[in-house]
Amino acid sequence: MTPILTAESLSVSFTRYGRGLSRVELPGIRDLSLTADPGQVTAVVGSSGSGKSLLAHAVLGILPRNSRMEGTLLYDGAPLSPRRAAALRGREIVLVPQGAGCLDPMMQVGPQIRRGRRGPEVRTQCRQALERYGLGPETETLYPFQLSGGMARRVLIASAVMEGPRLVVADEPTPGLDARAAGRLLSHFRELADQGAGVLFITHDLELALTVAHKVVVLYAGQTVEEVPAEGFRTEKGLAHPYSQALWRAMPRNGFQVLPGLQPEGLDLPEGCAFAPRCPGRRPECGRGQIPYIETDGGRARCLFPGEVSVS
Amino acid sequence: MRHRLGFAGKKLIRMALLLLGTSLAAFLLMAASPLDPLQTNIGQAALGSMTREQVDRLEEYWGTDTPPMERYLGWLGSALKGDFGTSLLYRRPVMEVIGQRLGSSLWLLLTAWTLSGALGFVLGLAAGANRGRWPDKLVRGCCLVLSSAPVFWLALLLLMVFSVWLKVLPIGLAVPIGAEAASVTLAQRLRHALLPALALSISGIAGIALHTREKTADEMERDYILYARAMGERHILLRHVVRNVALPAITLQFASIGEIVGGSVLVEQVFSYPGLGQAAVSAGLGGDMPLLLGIAVVTAALVFGGNLTADLLYGAIDPRIRREAAKR
Ligand SMILES: Nc1ncnc2c1ncn2[C@@H]1O[C@H](COP(=O)(O)OP(=O)(O)O)[C@@H](O)[C@H]1O
Ligand SMILES: [Mg+2]
Repeated sequence: MTPILTAESLSVSFTRYGRGLSRVELPGIRDLSLTADPGQVTAVVGSSGSGKSLLAHAVLGILPRNSRMEGTLLYDGAPLSPRRAAALRGREIVLVPQGAGCLDPMMQVGPQIRRGRRGPEVRTQCRQALERYGLGPETETLYPFQLSGGMARRVLIASAVMEGPRLVVADEPTPGLDARAAGRLLSHFRELADQGAGVLFITHDLELALTVAHKVVVLYAGQTVEEVPAEGFRTEKGLAHPYSQALWRAMPRNGFQVLPGLQPEGLDLPEGCAFAPRCPGRRPECGRGQIPYIETDGGRARCLFPGEVSVS
Repeated sequence: MRHRLGFAGKKLIRMALLLLGTSLAAFLLMAASPLDPLQTNIGQAALGSMTREQVDRLEEYWGTDTPPMERYLGWLGSALKGDFGTSLLYRRPVMEVIGQRLGSSLWLLLTAWTLSGALGFVLGLAAGANRGRWPDKLVRGCCLVLSSAPVFWLALLLLMVFSVWLKVLPIGLAVPIGAEAASVTLAQRLRHALLPALALSISGIAGIALHTREKTADEMERDYILYARAMGERHILLRHVVRNVALPAITLQFASIGEIVGGSVLVEQVFSYPGLGQAAVSAGLGGDMPLLLGIAVVTAALVFGGNLTADLLYGAIDPRIRREAAKR
């Protein structure tokens, strides 16, 4: 089966003008590779600043003007040029954003999710989409400030499914929701995947991601460090990269052991493996050159010694 | 409903205090003025040749023989009863003079106000949506020049270009010289008001444009714009940004009535346009206390009315306030 989305060595950098005429290239994401299959929820997990939103924006073709994208992005097997992205977004490729803050505060829900399209069939579509998530027709006349957090998410997801998308990108759609509401929202994503769409579920919450994901992609400092079937996270042994293992150990049910140190950012990236300074099993080779993204059982990992370092 | 009444009551008390304060301030400034109404209106030489009784009668007419506080309280007493006295210079009831002057100023003010509001909004929107690129730089540059150029200087410049060099527009006044009031056509009035209105609008554009630019640039950074782009929406500027920027712009527009009225004093002076502003200048220089106080009160009421309209509109347009009020 062709993946619905493929990223190969994707990088996004920003140009900053310093003093005088000096220019600096700030890396946002680099060496990001992943695939997302139709009918599956692919979770992209990483801490804040690891490049999750940039990935979403790259897929939708809405990166800021001062950014530069390199590498390959394929949608349904064909290159996803900015032009193609512009034609597909809002229809085949949709975004489910964070919350009500992403809605125009001065516009009612109805016109907002119809996105400027008119006509009786659009109205029916809109009503059906709302109904699917338990929202009555009266929701259309509400303003965003009148929506509760949970209602806002349902409006946003209704807005996303209006035209039967094939790729749903959800960028941290759960903050601020209680566990039950978050669970319900996730089941909606799972349902979309069961109906055949590819879902890219972006979150910093690994535990939450594992409740729905078929596959987990771990980001660290703008790189993909591991891509693994969700079952890999059942035990520490299923994981190849020491950062994924650290994430596993930081989960409440596995003892809440938080790894000391911070993810490097921007220009502070170390030579060699970005995770090496915090890695419990680091060796001299880790501080040099490019670390390849190699095949592991069922996935890929960016580590010279995959699966070896596990220390408990 | 009770909430609404409370709001109206508070506003009324505020208005009364504002009008009282304005009239008192105008009175004190006038009373402290070094210009002696007798000397400015009758002349040093003529005064010198008059008898004591004649001078006494003049002093009584101009009110200079009464102690200031007594004079103000006297004015206030009649004003509260609706009698604003008689203009000393025009020898007609103050409200009649103001009514006539306001009539010719009003549409000068209205044109300038609408033009500067509309143009300023569009320019600000264009600049804010293109922050850092040439439309922004152009608009900002022009606004900086305009806002640092005094309005009377602008008026003189327009006068020189259009009336003196190009000779396409009249040099001043509200109607052709010597024409009878009844025979003046609307076209003639328009031609006479064009330059003053233009000068007045140009000076008002910068404020609105810069404010709108700032708001627009802020809105462009908001999450809902990014989301709209992500979902492939078109015409985002018109669909979302205008909607969100219009409210503060309208509020500013109504609150800017004071500036337009203030600017009109200078512009009318430069163009010898017989409006309220010019009357205010003559009243001030000529020691016409009743007229000056009348004008002060009327313009203060105008400005207050503008601000009040802004408040009310805010409540009527902003859904957050409107829906909350409907719930009560
Ligand atoms: N417009 C921008 N200009 C410069 N750097 C940016 C910009 N947007 C994001 N970045 C940088 O890219 C990195 C990844 O950002 P982001 O994708 O928003 O992270 P996440 O969503 O994972 O929290 C961050 O280090 C951030 O500082
Ligand atoms: Mg983010």
